[in-house]
Amino acid sequence: MTMLLSLLTIVTDNWWDIRDLSNVSGAVLDIIDDLGGPAWLIYIVSALLGTLAIISFIGGVAIINIWVERRVVGRMQSRLGPNRLGPFGLLQPIADAIKLMQKEVLQPKSAPGLIFTLAPIMFTIPGIAMMAVLPWGRNMSLANVDVGILYILGLSSLGALAVFMAGYSSNNKYALFGSMRVIAMLVSYEIPIVLSLLGIVLFTGTMNPQGIVLFQEHYWSLMILLQPLAFIIYFFSVSAELNRTPADIAEAESEIVGGYHTEYSGMKFGLFYAAELINAVAVSAIISTLFLGGWWAYKLDEIVPGWMIYIGKIYTVYFVFVWTRGTLPRFRIDQLLAFAWKWLTPMALLNIVMVSAEVTIWEESGLSAGIVLPIYMVINTAAAGAIIYAFVRFLAPKFERFPTQLRFYSNIDVPSLPAVAAPPDRAKVSV
Amino acid sequence: MIEQFGRGGFLLVFAVIFPLIPILASVALGIFKIRPSAPDPIKESVYECGMVPIGDAHVRYNVRYYLFGLLFVVFDVEAVFLYPWAVAYRHLGVYAFVEAMIFIGILAIGLAYAWRKRALEWI
Repeated sequence: MTMLLSLLTIVTDNWWDIRDLSNVSGAVLDIIDDLGGPAWLIYIVSALLGTLAIISFIGGVAIINIWVERRVVGRMQSRLGPNRLGPFGLLQPIADAIKLMQKEVLQPKSAPGLIFTLAPIMFTIPGIAMMAVLPWGRNMSLANVDVGILYILGLSSLGALAVFMAGYSSNNKYALFGSMRVIAMLVSYEIPIVLSLLGIVLFTGTMNPQGIVLFQEHYWSLMILLQPLAFIIYFFSVSAELNRTPADIAEAESEIVGGYHTEYSGMKFGLFYAAELINAVAVSAIISTLFLGGWWAYKLDEIVPGWMIYIGKIYTVYFVFVWTRGTLPRFRIDQLLAFAWKWLTPMALLNIVMVSAEVTIWEESGLSAGIVLPIYMVINTAAAGAIIYAFVRFLAPKFERFPTQLRFYSNIDVPSLPAVAAPPDRAKVSV
Repeated sequence: MIEQFGRGGFLLVFAVIFPLIPILASVALGIFKIRPSAPDPIKESVYECGMVPIGDAHVRYNVRYYLFGLLFVVFDVEAVFLYPWAVAYRHLGVYAFVEAMIFIGILAIGLAYAWRKRALEWI
């Protein structure tokens, strides 16, 4: 009993101490224990408390981010964004939801119904289930599993399956093209993702997300400083895996209508839309756990609650995702696949070689972490810059397969246009 | 450890329920006639730029997708194989370093071979 309790929650402080919300759940579990509740009841209640917390966070995020995303992207593109319903357009998500609910559901007769309906549900599950292993505070993690990173990697590739189900069952050519592109793209970007996270596992020696956060706390060093190259590779690959705008060839509206969700309407389309936002937040949470220290922030986490720091970091990373979406144009599919195989995969292999050599030197020399880690930070940042520069400058092939300049006319003397008289300077015109 | 996975399983169950709620709500609205439903043969056909669709969508597709799938299987299996090595790496010493470098070298040669054979080109 006590062992189980200590696994679930460690009651360190008073239950009203919001720095660690596990105190509240610990108090609830204590009450059940005092009343003579059996061990399985305590287990179920503790699991339900954590689950409900995560589900309510996800639900809130899915509703709020519809507004956040449209508003921020609108601002970046010199538009206003939704601003009519409620203050600052805050009620827009609710109006969207009501409208999607009321829409007539159209489903092509030639589409097999079960797979067609299951696809949006399948698309939503991984983003939510991924959050189970991420720590929200020192004692706040729903499932503290030792193979957390494998769990995350396994779930994150399930999204491709759902997209393929949607595209294949729609019986629509555009949808099939979209899902084919998704499979080719996700399959290519899976490898840089796996290889870049390997560097973190090498450094920390654990696959437990909580363990990785504790490593960063113990050695007082953020993983993004220790492994900037892995961070860059992971960020690029994951934004391709999310199907967001620099890499949204799967649903490219101007090429293949809507890609895999061409045939979806009503709430099923709404689920695709919401799941995209949920996945973006889940990936931001993974990045902020593994690279940005999660709930830990130097001395700040002693004053501010860890879960607030964590949410702040999630939204910081999410903002960068929205930023890339708002500013970058779409890649072609051959550019994207070449980027995965010819740039990111060799870079990730170089990163692994570098990191494993560093860890060996650290272990064999017996130097203290206080000396070694700052040196590694400097070396790795410099190496990341050098490797990226080398790839851009020398190694990688040029992306332009088609000439951007006029080649055939370059030898012909083009008569220059006659000079146009400069317009009168307006400031000097006196009225 | 199995207790911890069980707690993840709770979230998995709720993750299935979460998307089911709006879908069931939408179905319920259809039953109570709040949501319109006027089926029509044109509405129920697939979208193809407003034309009557020609043929089935499940046509032959290019072999290039297959090539990338094949490459993926090779690389991903080997990449996942590196994870246990990475977890135990600190206790294994220089020997593990040399061995893994040979392994990664073979992986890199494979990538270079695929690159040279133009398997990475999107034809």
